[in-house]
Amino acid sequence: MRRAQLEAAIMYPVDWLEERSGLVGGLRYFLFRKVPADTNWMQTLGSATLTAFLVQALTGVILAMYYKPDPQNAYSSVQNITDNVFMGWLVRGMHKWGASVFIILLFLHMARVFLFGAYKYPRELNWIVGFLLLVLGMLEGFSGYLLPFDQTAYWATVVGVNLNGTAPFLGPFLSQFLRSGAEIGGDTLSRFYSIHMLLLPGAIFGLIGLHLYLVIRLGVTSPPWSKQAAGMKRVEEPSPLRPGLTRPAARGIAAAQGEPAGGQD
Amino acid sequence: MEPETLGPDEPHLPPPSLWPVGFAIGIVVVLVGLIVNPELISSIGGAIAVAFGFLWAREATAELRGRPVHIEPETRELRPAGVGDAPAIPADQGEAGMPPPEPGERFPRSKFLEGATLGLGAAIGGVVTVPVLGFAVIPAFVGDAVKGDEVDLGDLTDFPEGKWWIATFMSDPSEGEVSRRTAFVRNNGLVQGKPSFTIISNRCAHLGCPVQANGPSLGKPVNTKGKNGPVHLVPTQPAGFGCPCHGGQYDTEGNRTAGPPVRALDRYEYKIDNGRLVLLKTYSVGHVKGQGAQAIIYKYRLAGPGEHVDGWEQILYPLNPPHG
Repeated sequence: MRRAQLEAAIMYPVDWLEERSGLVGGLRYFLFRKVPADTNWMQTLGSATLTAFLVQALTGVILAMYYKPDPQNAYSSVQNITDNVFMGWLVRGMHKWGASVFIILLFLHMARVFLFGAYKYPRELNWIVGFLLLVLGMLEGFSGYLLPFDQTAYWATVVGVNLNGTAPFLGPFLSQFLRSGAEIGGDTLSRFYSIHMLLLPGAIFGLIGLHLYLVIRLGVTSPPWSKQAAGMKRVEEPSPLRPGLTRPAARGIAAAQGEPAGGQD
Repeated sequence: MEPETLGPDEPHLPPPSLWPVGFAIGIVVVLVGLIVNPELISSIGGAIAVAFGFLWAREATAELRGRPVHIEPETRELRPAGVGDAPAIPADQGEAGMPPPEPGERFPRSKFLEGATLGLGAAIGGVVTVPVLGFAVIPAFVGDAVKGDEVDLGDLTDFPEGKWWIATFMSDPSEGEVSRRTAFVRNNGLVQGKPSFTIISNRCAHLGCPVQANGPSLGKPVNTKGKNGPVHLVPTQPAGFGCPCHGGQYDTEGNRTAGPPVRALDRYEYKIDNGRLVLLKTYSVGHVKGQGAQAIIYKYRLAGPGEHVDGWEQILYPLNPPHG
């Protein structure tokens, strides 16, 4: 009796939410979808990368509460975070080392996808989205490197920006844009800060959403040594419904028109 | 539907009130008055808004207060229901409620609305995005971002003839330490009665690292006071200049002798002002022939590190943003 009451009390808000939004069902669909029986630990590298990114986002938000992006105060505010702020050394350390962990996991995840052949049809688009995420992740590294504003940060950024400047034709304009002027100064620092904590993370969050959507829509691949058929079979014979197209192409069009994924063909 | 013919089930409602319009006008006058003349015009606007607001509230609450609501009398002829009307036609028979689009008609209403929504959306998106991109990009190329400050390095007598000095100074004291620059300065003596200086920027022509003097620092450093703040002078005797980052090497005229740099070191223009040495803009140098006062400098507009200014590679950098 008590148990039933308790369950009812717990389920009431869940049901309330589900009835009005369908979010609970969506979450169940996301978490409890079917995957091949012979997936292995390598296939957790994507989630690990996502976790590393979320750690970066969270620690970054906390660091932003204490960091001051101007040349006179940047270095001393980082010192303050390390020395005085409660557990600041830990949060800064997590952000600094977590950046490397994030990039390393990105590459490991990419290697897994490559070696499993998981980038092949119909998952090419997800490979491209993942590649964009890699580029944005590395830009995060570049823009974040300036922020402590010590000698290493300053000269590494001088070299990095000038390296961009040597690109033919538009290079000089790119470096001028990155520096926000002819020389590195206060505007450069706040510009890198804004790019590092607003522009790039926003783009990364958006692309991660797309990346996950495609993972859910297309499903998880079996390892290459799997005895089970991996994903959908590729059939190159002409489509009965759309003459002139192969079946995968016709299926792709059908999917784009709102028919469910993995439908009969 | 034509507005005059009401359907049989639509009740006669009171006409829409005009008081809110007056109220809105009052608010507009208040807002304009805040800019133009807060005391007079805003008060007038406030009075208008209060008056019309009162009338509006009075009308809106008339029914609640039990006042009769004025409704325009029915003017159509009474007609018993159904009389004169043809029997209702089932929806799937007879004429269509809306004529189907004529063959060849390109823009039915739904298409127009679709296009209008998308078109307006795109227009608004463009109107918002273009200025934002402009604000993000343009300031880097104009005004404050591109300045060439004069830097007073001190009295001419601080620079004995034939000696090298490592001069550090702030190009813009308001920016603070981040504007600290270093130049290698040598007094070449008088040429036709005018002082001649070799002033080489320490920005490496490879990727912009700080070039160091290849040689010992000799004698006591000197601190002078220029108009731009303190200048620090260290005497040195360089055999050339070298970059710690990627190993670029230069001779004492700034010509590249080894390593990755693509041209000679940049130099400062200078002037002598009331017996004081004043740095002007920097410029880029392809290479230098000869030495000291007799040097022939192949001078170019300031280019970024790593950009070729001469040779065939210069066609890769046809345009440069303003550097000040």
